[in-house]
Amino acid sequence: MPEFRMLEISELNAWYGESHILHGVDFNVQEGEVVTLLGRNGAGKTTTMKSIMGLVGRREGSVKFKGGETIDLMPNLIARAGIAFCPEERGIFGSLSVTENLMLPPIVAPGGLSVDEIYALFPNLKERAKTAHGTRLSGGEQQMLAIARILRTGARMLLLDEPTEGLAPVIVQQIGRTIREIKSRGFTVLLVEQNFRFAATVADRHYVMEHGKIVDMIENAQLGSSMDKLHEYLGV
Amino acid sequence: MIMIFGIPGPLLFGQLLLGLINGAFYAMLSLGLAVIFGMLNIINFAHGALFMMGAFVAWILLDALGIGYFPSLILAPLIVGAFGVVLERTIISRLYKLDHLYGLLLTFGLSLVIEGLFRNAYGSSGLPYRIPDILQGATNLGFMYMPNYRGWVVLAALVVCFSTWAIIEKTSLGATLRAATENAPLVQAFGVNVPRVVTLTYGAGVALAAFAGVLAAPIYSVNPNMGSNFINTVFAVVVIGGMGSILGSIVTGFGLGVIEGLTKVFYPQASATVVFLVMIIVLLARPRGLFGKAA
Repeated sequence: MPEFRMLEISELNAWYGESHILHGVDFNVQEGEVVTLLGRNGAGKTTTMKSIMGLVGRREGSVKFKGGETIDLMPNLIARAGIAFCPEERGIFGSLSVTENLMLPPIVAPGGLSVDEIYALFPNLKERAKTAHGTRLSGGEQQMLAIARILRTGARMLLLDEPTEGLAPVIVQQIGRTIREIKSRGFTVLLVEQNFRFAATVADRHYVMEHGKIVDMIENAQLGSSMDKLHEYLGV
Repeated sequence: MIMIFGIPGPLLFGQLLLGLINGAFYAMLSLGLAVIFGMLNIINFAHGALFMMGAFVAWILLDALGIGYFPSLILAPLIVGAFGVVLERTIISRLYKLDHLYGLLLTFGLSLVIEGLFRNAYGSSGLPYRIPDILQGATNLGFMYMPNYRGWVVLAALVVCFSTWAIIEKTSLGATLRAATENAPLVQAFGVNVPRVVTLTYGAGVALAAFAGVLAAPIYSVNPNMGSNFINTVFAVVVIGGMGSILGSIVTGFGLGVIEGLTKVFYPQASATVVFLVMIIVLLARPRGLFGKAA
Protein backbone atom coordinates (compact mmCIF):
# COMPACT_ATOMS: atom_id res chain seq x y z
CA MET A 1 0.00 0.00 0.00
CA PRO A 2 1.47 3.39 -0.90
CA GLU A 3 1.92 5.74 2.03
CA PHE A 4 -0.63 8.51 2.17
CA ARG A 5 0.85 11.95 1.71
CA MET A 6 -0.66 14.13 4.40
CA LEU A 7 1.30 17.22 3.47
CA GLU A 8 3.06 17.82 0.17
CA ILE A 9 4.92 21.03 -0.34
CA SER A 10 6.56 21.99 -3.61
CA GLU A 11 8.26 25.12 -4.89
CA LEU A 12 7.04 27.09 -1.89
CA ASN A 13 8.14 30.73 -1.93
CA ALA A 14 7.26 33.23 0.77
CA TRP A 15 7.80 36.90 1.45
CA TYR A 16 7.57 39.21 4.44
CA GLY A 17 6.96 42.59 2.87
CA GLU A 18 9.81 43.04 0.40
CA SER A 19 12.08 40.36 1.81
CA HIS A 20 12.01 37.02 0.06
CA ILE A 21 12.42 34.36 2.78
CA LEU A 22 11.58 30.97 1.24
CA HIS A 23 13.12 30.11 -2.12
CA GLY A 24 11.38 27.00 -3.39
CA VAL A 25 10.85 24.69 -0.42
CA ASP A 26 10.06 21.04 -1.30
CA PHE A 27 9.20 18.30 1.18
CA ASN A 28 6.43 16.01 2.25
CA VAL A 29 5.02 14.41 5.39
CA GLN A 30 3.29 11.01 5.37
CA GLU A 31 0.28 10.27 7.47
CA GLY A 32 1.25 9.27 11.01
CA GLU A 33 4.83 10.48 10.71
CA VAL A 34 6.74 12.85 12.95
CA VAL A 35 9.01 14.94 10.74
CA THR A 36 11.33 17.71 11.85
CA LEU A 37 12.71 20.75 10.14
CA LEU A 38 16.26 21.35 11.35
CA GLY A 39 18.47 24.29 10.55
CA ARG A 40 20.20 27.35 11.88
CA ASN A 41 18.45 30.50 12.99
CA GLY A 42 17.07 32.35 9.99
CA ALA A 43 17.08 29.29 7.71
CA GLY A 44 13.33 29.67 7.18
CA LYS A 45 11.89 26.95 9.45
CA THR A 46 9.35 29.15 11.24
CA THR A 47 8.47 30.90 7.98
CA THR A 48 7.77 27.49 6.45
CA MET A 49 5.35 26.74 9.29
CA LYS A 50 3.65 30.12 8.95
CA SER A 51 3.47 29.73 5.18
CA ILE A 52 1.68 26.41 5.58
CA MET A 53 -0.90 28.21 7.78
CA GLY A 54 -1.16 31.16 5.38
CA LEU A 55 0.27 33.56 7.98
CA VAL A 56 2.88 35.24 5.77
CA GLY A 57 2.32 38.33 3.65
CA ARG A 58 2.63 36.53 0.35
CA ARG A 59 3.21 32.89 -0.62
CA GLU A 60 3.50 31.07 -3.91
CA GLY A 61 3.98 27.47 -5.00
CA SER A 62 1.99 24.53 -3.77
CA VAL A 63 0.94 23.33 -0.31
CA LYS A 64 -1.26 20.27 -0.66
CA PHE A 65 -3.00 18.91 2.41
CA LYS A 66 -4.59 15.46 1.97
CA GLY A 67 -4.28 16.04 -1.76
CA GLY A 68 -6.12 19.39 -1.78
CA GLU A 69 -4.38 22.63 -2.70
CA THR A 70 -4.39 25.21 0.14
CA ILE A 71 -2.10 27.91 -1.25
CA ASP A 72 -4.96 30.33 -1.94
CA LEU A 73 -6.91 29.68 1.26
CA MET A 74 -7.29 32.03 4.24
CA PRO A 75 -5.72 30.78 7.51
CA ASN A 76 -9.12 30.02 9.05
CA LEU A 77 -10.00 27.69 6.16
CA ILE A 78 -6.60 25.97 6.36
CA ALA A 79 -7.28 25.36 10.06
CA ARG A 80 -10.78 24.07 9.26
CA ALA A 81 -9.23 21.63 6.77
CA GLY A 82 -7.50 19.99 9.74
CA ILE A 83 -4.09 21.59 10.31
CA ALA A 84 -3.35 23.00 13.77
CA PHE A 85 -0.50 25.33 14.62
CA CYS A 86 1.39 25.85 17.88
CA PRO A 87 3.54 28.96 17.42
CA GLU A 88 7.06 29.43 18.70
CA GLU A 89 6.01 32.26 21.03
CA ARG A 90 3.25 29.89 22.28
CA GLY A 91 0.50 32.47 21.82
CA ILE A 92 -1.13 32.09 25.23
CA PHE A 93 -3.70 34.85 25.73
CA GLY A 94 -3.27 36.94 28.89
CA SER A 95 -6.84 38.21 28.88
CA LEU A 96 -8.18 34.64 28.87
CA SER A 97 -8.16 32.21 31.78
CA VAL A 98 -6.34 28.90 31.42
CA THR A 99 -9.63 27.12 30.71
CA GLU A 100 -10.66 29.74 28.17
CA ASN A 101 -7.29 29.37 26.45
CA LEU A 102 -7.77 25.61 26.35
CA MET A 103 -11.30 25.87 24.93
CA LEU A 104 -10.54 28.70 22.49
CA PRO A 105 -9.71 26.89 19.22
CA PRO A 106 -12.93 25.71 17.58
CA ILE A 107 -13.47 22.00 16.97
CA VAL A 108 -12.69 21.40 13.28
CA ALA A 109 -13.31 17.63 13.10
CA PRO A 110 -14.43 14.79 15.34
CA GLY A 111 -11.75 12.67 17.01
CA GLY A 112 -9.90 15.27 19.07
CA LEU A 113 -8.81 14.53 22.62
CA SER A 114 -11.37 15.12 25.34
CA VAL A 115 -10.60 17.54 28.16
CA ASP A 116 -10.17 14.55 30.51
CA GLU A 117 -7.63 12.95 28.16
CA ILE A 118 -5.80 16.27 27.95
CA TYR A 119 -5.69 16.58 31.73
CA ALA A 120 -4.38 13.00 31.92
CA LEU A 121 -1.56 13.98 29.55
CA PHE A 122 -0.90 17.30 31.30
CA PRO A 123 -1.78 16.98 35.00
CA ASN A 124 -0.30 20.44 35.73
CA LEU A 125 -2.91 22.06 33.52
CA LYS A 126 -5.70 20.52 35.54
CA GLU A 127 -4.22 22.02 38.71
CA ARG A 128 -3.88 25.43 37.06
CA ALA A 129 -7.25 25.37 35.23
CA LYS A 130 -8.68 28.11 37.42
CA THR A 131 -5.81 30.54 36.83
CA ALA A 132 -7.41 33.76 35.63
CA HIS A 133 -4.72 34.83 33.18
CA GLY A 134 -3.09 32.29 30.87
CA THR A 135 0.15 34.24 30.90
CA ARG A 136 0.52 33.73 34.68
CA LEU A 137 1.59 30.15 33.97
CA SER A 138 5.25 29.21 33.89
CA GLY A 139 6.93 28.89 30.49
CA GLY A 140 6.64 25.11 30.57
CA GLU A 141 2.98 25.20 31.55
CA GLN A 142 2.26 27.72 28.81
CA GLN A 143 3.93 25.41 26.28
CA MET A 144 1.83 22.47 27.47
CA LEU A 145 -1.31 24.60 27.24
CA ALA A 146 -0.36 25.68 23.74
CA ILE A 147 -0.02 22.04 22.66
CA ALA A 148 -3.02 20.85 24.67
CA ARG A 149 -5.46 23.29 23.13
CA ILE A 150 -4.75 22.13 19.58
CA LEU A 151 -5.15 18.46 20.54
CA ARG A 152 -8.79 19.17 21.36
CA THR A 153 -9.70 20.45 17.91
CA GLY A 154 -9.75 17.18 15.99
CA ALA A 155 -7.05 18.41 13.60
CA ARG A 156 -4.84 15.43 12.72
CA MET A 157 -1.88 17.39 11.38
CA LEU A 158 0.00 19.39 14.00
CA LEU A 159 2.65 22.02 13.36
CA LEU A 160 4.78 22.51 16.48
CA ASP A 161 7.27 25.36 16.31
CA GLU A 162 10.17 24.82 18.76
CA PRO A 163 8.10 23.37 21.59
CA THR A 164 11.19 22.76 23.76
CA GLU A 165 12.80 26.17 23.42
CA GLY A 166 14.02 27.58 26.72
CA LEU A 167 12.46 24.85 28.86
CA ALA A 168 13.93 22.78 31.70
CA PRO A 169 15.06 19.21 30.81
CA VAL A 170 12.26 17.59 32.80
CA ILE A 171 9.65 19.59 30.82
CA VAL A 172 11.41 18.77 27.55
CA GLN A 173 11.09 15.08 28.47
CA GLN A 174 7.38 15.54 29.16
CA ILE A 175 6.88 17.19 25.79
CA GLY A 176 8.82 14.34 24.17
CA ARG A 177 6.49 11.81 25.83
CA THR A 178 3.50 13.82 24.63
CA ILE A 179 4.70 13.84 21.03
CA ARG A 180 5.28 10.05 21.11
CA GLU A 181 1.83 9.59 22.66
CA ILE A 182 0.05 11.62 20.01
CA LYS A 183 2.03 9.84 17.29
CA SER A 184 0.82 6.53 18.68
CA ARG A 185 -2.72 7.89 18.36
CA GLY A 186 -2.13 8.43 14.65
CA PHE A 187 -1.52 12.17 14.60
CA THR A 188 0.92 13.55 12.03
CA VAL A 189 3.44 16.07 13.35
CA LEU A 190 5.71 18.57 11.68
CA LEU A 191 8.20 19.82 14.23
CA VAL A 192 10.64 22.70 14.06
CA GLU A 193 13.63 22.11 16.32
CA GLN A 194 16.98 23.66 17.10
CA ASN A 195 17.77 20.80 19.44
CA PHE A 196 18.39 17.79 17.20
CA ARG A 197 19.17 15.52 20.15
CA PHE A 198 15.56 16.06 21.23
CA ALA A 199 14.36 15.70 17.65
CA ALA A 200 16.11 12.33 17.37
CA THR A 201 14.03 10.96 20.26
CA VAL A 202 10.67 11.62 18.60
CA ALA A 203 11.03 11.91 14.81
CA ASP A 204 10.96 9.50 11.87
CA ARG A 205 12.73 11.79 9.43
CA HIS A 206 14.54 15.11 9.44
CA TYR A 207 14.68 17.75 6.75
CA VAL A 208 17.56 20.22 6.90
CA MET A 209 16.91 23.80 5.82
CA GLU A 210 19.44 26.41 4.72
CA HIS A 211 18.79 29.85 3.23
CA GLY A 212 15.10 29.25 2.63
CA LYS A 213 15.46 25.82 0.99
CA ILE A 214 15.47 22.16 1.97
CA VAL A 215 19.04 20.96 1.45
CA ASP A 216 18.94 17.43 2.82
CA MET A 217 16.73 14.68 4.24
CA ILE A 218 17.98 12.28 6.89
CA GLU A 219 16.13 9.21 8.14
CA ASN A 220 16.18 9.07 11.92
CA ALA A 221 17.89 5.66 11.76
CA GLN A 222 20.74 7.22 9.79
CA LEU A 223 21.13 10.12 12.17
CA GLY A 224 24.07 8.52 14.01
CA SER A 225 26.08 8.01 10.85
CA SER A 226 25.22 11.49 9.59
CA MET A 227 26.52 13.34 12.63
CA ASP A 228 29.45 15.02 10.87
CA LYS A 229 27.20 16.24 8.08
CA LEU A 230 24.63 17.48 10.58
CA HIS A 231 27.20 19.33 12.68
CA GLU A 232 28.27 21.12 9.56
CA TYR A 233 24.68 22.07 8.63
CA LEU A 234 23.76 23.26 12.07
CA GLY A 235 27.12 24.71 13.03
CA VAL A 236 27.07 23.09 16.46
CA MET B 1 -38.29 70.13 53.12
CA ILE B 2 -35.15 68.04 53.60
CA MET B 3 -31.92 70.03 53.29
CA ILE B 4 -28.64 68.30 52.44
CA PHE B 5 -25.48 70.42 52.74
CA GLY B 6 -27.77 73.43 52.61
CA ILE B 7 -29.31 72.27 49.34
CA PRO B 8 -33.01 71.39 49.09
CA GLY B 9 -33.32 67.59 48.78
CA PRO B 10 -35.55 67.53 45.69
CA LEU B 11 -33.08 69.74 43.81
CA LEU B 12 -30.15 67.53 44.75
CA PHE B 13 -31.94 64.29 43.89
CA GLY B 14 -33.32 65.80 40.69
CA GLN B 15 -29.84 66.69 39.50
CA LEU B 16 -28.53 63.30 40.62
CA LEU B 17 -31.18 61.62 38.47
CA LEU B 18 -30.35 63.85 35.52
CA GLY B 19 -26.71 62.95 36.07
CA LEU B 20 -27.59 59.25 36.10
CA ILE B 21 -29.55 59.66 32.83
CA ASN B 22 -26.66 61.42 31.13
CA GLY B 23 -24.34 58.85 32.66
CA ALA B 24 -26.46 56.06 31.17
CA PHE B 25 -25.91 57.53 27.71
CA TYR B 26 -22.20 58.14 28.35
CA ALA B 27 -21.87 54.52 29.47
CA MET B 28 -23.71 53.01 26.48
CA LEU B 29 -21.85 55.15 23.97
CA SER B 30 -18.39 54.72 25.46
CA LEU B 31 -19.04 50.99 25.79
CA GLY B 32 -19.64 50.74 22.03
CA LEU B 33 -16.52 52.80 21.40
CA ALA B 34 -14.51 50.54 23.70
CA VAL B 35 -15.72 47.37 21.97
CA ILE B 36 -14.94 48.82 18.54
CA PHE B 37 -11.57 50.19 19.60
CA GLY B 38 -10.53 46.87 21.15
CA MET B 39 -11.31 44.87 18.04
CA LEU B 40 -10.73 47.24 15.11
CA ASN B 41 -8.16 49.59 16.64
CA ILE B 42 -10.24 52.42 15.26
CA ILE B 43 -11.47 55.42 17.20
CA ASN B 44 -14.99 55.55 15.84
CA PHE B 45 -15.70 59.25 15.57
CA ALA B 46 -18.91 58.45 13.67
CA HIS B 47 -20.37 57.05 16.91
CA GLY B 48 -22.34 60.20 17.73
CA ALA B 49 -23.80 60.34 14.24
CA LEU B 50 -24.86 56.68 14.48
CA PHE B 51 -26.48 57.37 17.87
CA MET B 52 -28.39 60.20 16.20
CA MET B 53 -29.34 57.84 13.35
CA GLY B 54 -30.84 55.44 15.89
CA ALA B 55 -33.14 58.20 17.17
CA PHE B 56 -34.06 59.26 13.63
CA VAL B 57 -34.78 55.71 12.49
CA ALA B 58 -37.17 55.34 15.44
CA TRP B 59 -38.82 58.65 14.52
CA ILE B 60 -39.10 57.67 10.83
CA LEU B 61 -40.46 54.21 11.68
CA LEU B 62 -43.19 55.87 13.75
CA ASP B 63 -43.87 58.67 11.30
CA ALA B 64 -43.91 56.64 8.09
CA LEU B 65 -44.97 53.16 9.20
CA GLY B 66 -46.65 53.71 12.55
CA ILE B 67 -44.15 51.40 14.26
CA GLY B 68 -44.04 52.30 17.95
CA TYR B 69 -41.33 52.76 20.55
CA PHE B 70 -40.78 49.21 21.79
CA PRO B 71 -40.49 47.53 18.35
CA SER B 72 -38.16 50.40 17.37
CA LEU B 73 -35.96 49.64 20.33
CA ILE B 74 -35.15 46.36 18.52
CA LEU B 75 -35.57 47.44 14.88
CA ALA B 76 -33.56 50.68 14.89
CA PRO B 77 -30.38 49.03 16.28
CA LEU B 78 -30.76 46.27 13.68
CA ILE B 79 -31.17 48.75 10.83
CA VAL B 80 -28.36 51.07 11.95
CA GLY B 81 -26.18 48.05 12.83
CA ALA B 82 -26.65 46.75 9.28
CA PHE B 83 -25.65 50.18 8.01
CA GLY B 84 -22.54 49.91 10.20
CA VAL B 85 -21.73 46.49 8.70
CA VAL B 86 -21.90 48.00 5.21
CA LEU B 87 -19.68 50.92 6.29
CA GLU B 88 -17.11 48.55 7.78
CA ARG B 89 -17.04 46.22 4.76
CA THR B 90 -16.91 48.93 2.10
CA ILE B 91 -14.85 51.72 3.67
CA ILE B 92 -13.42 51.23 7.15
CA SER B 93 -11.84 47.83 6.42
CA ARG B 94 -9.49 49.51 3.96
CA LEU B 95 -7.73 51.36 6.78
CA TYR B 96 -6.67 48.53 9.10
CA LYS B 97 -3.09 48.48 7.89
CA LEU B 98 -2.69 52.27 8.26
CA ASP B 99 -2.07 54.54 11.23
CA HIS B 100 -4.88 55.18 13.80
CA LEU B 101 -5.13 58.73 12.54
CA TYR B 102 -6.63 57.64 9.21
CA GLY B 103 -9.47 55.79 10.91
CA LEU B 104 -10.14 58.81 13.09
CA LEU B 105 -10.20 61.16 10.11
CA LEU B 106 -12.38 58.86 8.04
CA THR B 107 -14.97 58.29 10.75
CA PHE B 108 -14.97 62.01 11.61
CA GLY B 109 -15.66 62.75 7.94
CA LEU B 110 -18.38 60.11 7.90
CA SER B 111 -20.08 61.71 10.89
CA LEU B 112 -20.09 65.10 9.13
CA VAL B 113 -21.60 63.54 6.02
CA ILE B 114 -24.27 61.63 7.94
CA GLU B 115 -25.22 64.64 10.06
CA GLY B 116 -25.29 66.85 6.96
CA LEU B 117 -27.63 64.47 5.16
CA PHE B 118 -30.06 64.42 8.09
CA ARG B 119 -29.87 68.20 8.50
CA ASN B 120 -30.66 68.56 4.82
CA ALA B 121 -33.64 66.24 5.01
CA TYR B 122 -35.11 67.12 8.43
CA GLY B 123 -33.72 70.55 9.36
CA SER B 124 -31.96 71.19 12.64
CA SER B 125 -34.78 72.43 14.85
CA GLY B 126 -35.56 68.99 16.23
CA LEU B 127 -38.54 66.65 16.03
CA PRO B 128 -40.59 65.55 19.04
CA TYR B 129 -40.90 61.86 19.96
CA ARG B 130 -43.65 60.98 22.40
CA ILE B 131 -42.94 58.94 25.50
CA PRO B 132 -44.84 55.63 25.15
CA ASP B 133 -48.06 55.62 27.19
CA ILE B 134 -46.99 52.89 29.54
CA LEU B 135 -43.97 54.95 30.64
CA GLN B 136 -45.82 58.26 31.02
CA GLY B 137 -46.18 59.86 34.41
CA ALA B 138 -44.02 59.85 37.50
CA THR B 139 -43.57 57.75 40.62
CA ASN B 140 -43.26 59.13 44.13
CA LEU B 141 -40.12 57.63 45.63
CA GLY B 142 -40.76 59.31 48.98
CA PHE B 143 -37.86 61.73 48.71
CA MET B 144 -38.62 62.86 45.15
CA TYR B 145 -40.85 62.32 42.12
CA MET B 146 -39.15 60.28 39.42
CA PRO B 147 -40.46 60.50 35.84
CA ASN B 148 -41.13 56.88 34.85
CA TYR B 149 -39.44 57.20 31.48
CA ARG B 150 -36.20 58.38 33.08
CA GLY B 151 -36.19 55.47 35.47
CA TRP B 152 -36.73 53.15 32.53
CA VAL B 153 -33.75 54.65 30.66
CA VAL B 154 -31.41 54.08 33.60
CA LEU B 155 -32.69 50.54 34.05
CA ALA B 156 -32.47 49.67 30.33
CA ALA B 157 -28.96 51.14 30.10
CA LEU B 158 -27.79 49.15 33.11
CA VAL B 159 -29.21 45.93 31.67
CA VAL B 160 -27.63 46.52 28.25
CA CYS B 161 -24.25 47.53 29.70
CA PHE B 162 -23.97 44.57 32.02
CA SER B 163 -25.23 42.12 29.37
CA THR B 164 -22.51 43.39 27.05
CA TRP B 165 -19.96 43.08 29.82
CA ALA B 166 -21.13 39.53 30.61
CA ILE B 167 -21.01 38.46 26.96
CA ILE B 168 -17.45 39.72 26.59
CA GLU B 169 -16.07 38.54 29.92
CA LYS B 170 -18.04 35.35 30.62
CA THR B 171 -18.90 33.57 27.35
CA SER B 172 -16.85 31.61 24.83
CA LEU B 173 -17.80 34.14 22.15
CA GLY B 174 -16.37 36.83 24.41
CA ALA B 175 -13.20 34.77 24.93
CA THR B 176 -12.78 34.60 21.15
CA LEU B 177 -13.24 38.38 20.93
CA ARG B 178 -10.72 39.03 23.69
CA ALA B 179 -8.23 36.64 22.08
CA ALA B 180 -8.68 38.26 18.67
CA THR B 181 -8.04 41.65 20.27
CA GLU B 182 -4.70 40.30 21.54
CA ASN B 183 -3.52 38.30 18.54
CA ALA B 184 -5.89 38.22 15.58
CA PRO B 185 -3.70 36.22 13.15
CA LEU B 186 -3.30 33.34 15.63
CA VAL B 187 -7.05 33.24 16.34
CA GLN B 188 -7.65 33.10 12.60
CA ALA B 189 -5.10 30.28 12.32
CA PHE B 190 -7.26 28.35 14.82
CA GLY B 191 -10.11 28.43 12.31
CA VAL B 192 -12.03 31.55 13.35
CA ASN B 193 -13.15 33.80 10.51
CA VAL B 194 -11.64 36.90 12.09
CA PRO B 195 -12.59 39.41 9.37
CA ARG B 196 -16.22 38.41 9.82
CA VAL B 197 -15.93 38.71 13.61
CA VAL B 198 -14.48 42.21 13.15
CA THR B 199 -17.35 43.25 10.89
CA LEU B 200 -19.97 41.92 13.29
CA THR B 201 -18.23 43.60 16.23
CA TYR B 202 -18.43 46.94 14.47
CA GLY B 203 -22.08 46.26 13.68
CA ALA B 204 -22.77 45.40 17.34
CA GLY B 205 -20.99 48.51 18.63
CA VAL B 206 -22.98 50.63 16.20
CA ALA B 207 -26.21 48.89 17.20
CA LEU B 208 -25.47 49.80 20.83
CA ALA B 209 -25.17 53.46 19.81
CA ALA B 210 -28.46 53.23 17.91
CA PHE B 211 -30.16 51.59 20.92
CA ALA B 212 -29.01 54.51 23.05
CA GLY B 213 -30.33 56.83 20.34
CA VAL B 214 -33.82 55.33 20.55
CA LEU B 215 -33.77 55.62 24.35
CA ALA B 216 -32.74 59.25 23.96
CA ALA B 217 -35.41 60.15 21.41
CA PRO B 218 -38.23 60.96 23.92
CA ILE B 219 -35.86 62.82 26.28
CA TYR B 220 -33.91 65.05 23.92
CA SER B 221 -35.52 66.30 20.76
CA VAL B 222 -34.59 64.20 17.72
CA ASN B 223 -32.17 66.43 15.84
CA PRO B 224 -29.06 65.98 13.70
CA ASN B 225 -26.75 67.48 16.36
CA MET B 226 -27.85 65.31 19.26
CA GLY B 227 -24.86 63.00 18.77
CA SER B 228 -22.21 65.70 18.58
CA ASN B 229 -23.56 67.22 21.81
CA PHE B 230 -22.71 63.98 23.58
CA ILE B 231 -19.65 62.75 21.81
CA ASN B 232 -17.04 65.12 23.25
CA THR B 233 -17.92 64.08 26.78
CA VAL B 234 -18.07 60.44 25.70
CA PHE B 235 -14.51 60.58 24.39
CA ALA B 236 -13.42 62.05 27.73
CA VAL B 237 -15.19 59.12 29.42
CA VAL B 238 -13.32 56.65 27.22
CA VAL B 239 -9.98 58.27 28.05
CA ILE B 240 -10.71 58.39 31.79
CA GLY B 241 -11.97 54.80 31.87
CA GLY B 242 -9.02 53.51 29.86
CA MET B 243 -9.09 52.94 26.09
CA GLY B 244 -10.81 49.70 25.24
CA SER B 245 -11.78 48.79 28.81
CA ILE B 246 -15.36 47.48 29.00
CA LEU B 247 -15.91 47.78 32.73
CA GLY B 248 -14.06 51.10 32.70
CA SER B 249 -16.54 52.52 30.18
CA ILE B 250 -19.56 51.50 32.21
CA VAL B 251 -18.34 52.64 35.62
CA THR B 252 -16.79 55.86 34.31
CA GLY B 253 -19.85 56.67 32.19
CA PHE B 254 -22.29 56.49 35.07
CA GLY B 255 -19.79 57.99 37.52
CA LEU B 256 -19.08 61.06 35.40
CA GLY B 257 -22.77 61.61 34.74
CA VAL B 258 -23.31 61.76 38.49
CA ILE B 259 -20.30 64.01 39.07
CA GLU B 260 -21.61 66.34 36.38
CA GLY B 261 -25.06 66.36 38.01
CA LEU B 262 -23.63 67.15 41.45
CA THR B 263 -21.50 69.93 40.01
CA LYS B 264 -24.66 71.50 38.61
CA VAL B 265 -25.99 71.67 42.17
CA PHE B 266 -22.93 72.88 44.03
CA TYR B 267 -21.04 74.93 41.44
CA PRO B 268 -23.10 75.24 38.25
CA GLN B 269 -20.48 77.34 36.46
CA ALA B 270 -18.13 74.34 36.30
CA SER B 271 -20.66 71.75 35.15
CA ALA B 272 -19.56 71.90 31.50
CA THR B 273 -15.88 71.57 32.31
CA VAL B 274 -15.81 69.20 35.29
CA VAL B 275 -15.52 66.12 33.09
CA PHE B 276 -12.43 67.50 31.42
CA LEU B 277 -10.95 68.51 34.78
CA VAL B 278 -11.39 64.91 35.93
CA MET B 279 -9.77 63.77 32.68
CA ILE B 280 -6.73 65.96 33.28
CA ILE B 281 -6.34 64.76 36.86
CA VAL B 282 -6.74 61.10 35.89
CA LEU B 283 -4.29 61.40 33.01
CA LEU B 284 -1.71 63.06 35.29
CA ALA B 285 -2.05 60.32 37.90
CA ARG B 286 -2.75 57.32 35.65
CA PRO B 287 -1.95 57.97 31.98
CA ARG B 288 -3.56 54.72 30.85
CA GLY B 289 -6.92 55.56 32.47
CA LEU B 290 -8.65 54.21 35.57
CA PHE B 291 -9.25 50.70 34.23
CA GLY B 292 -6.70 50.62 31.41
CA LYS B 293 -4.19 47.82 31.19
CA ALA B 294 -0.50 48.57 30.96
CA ALA B 295 0.59 48.68 27.35
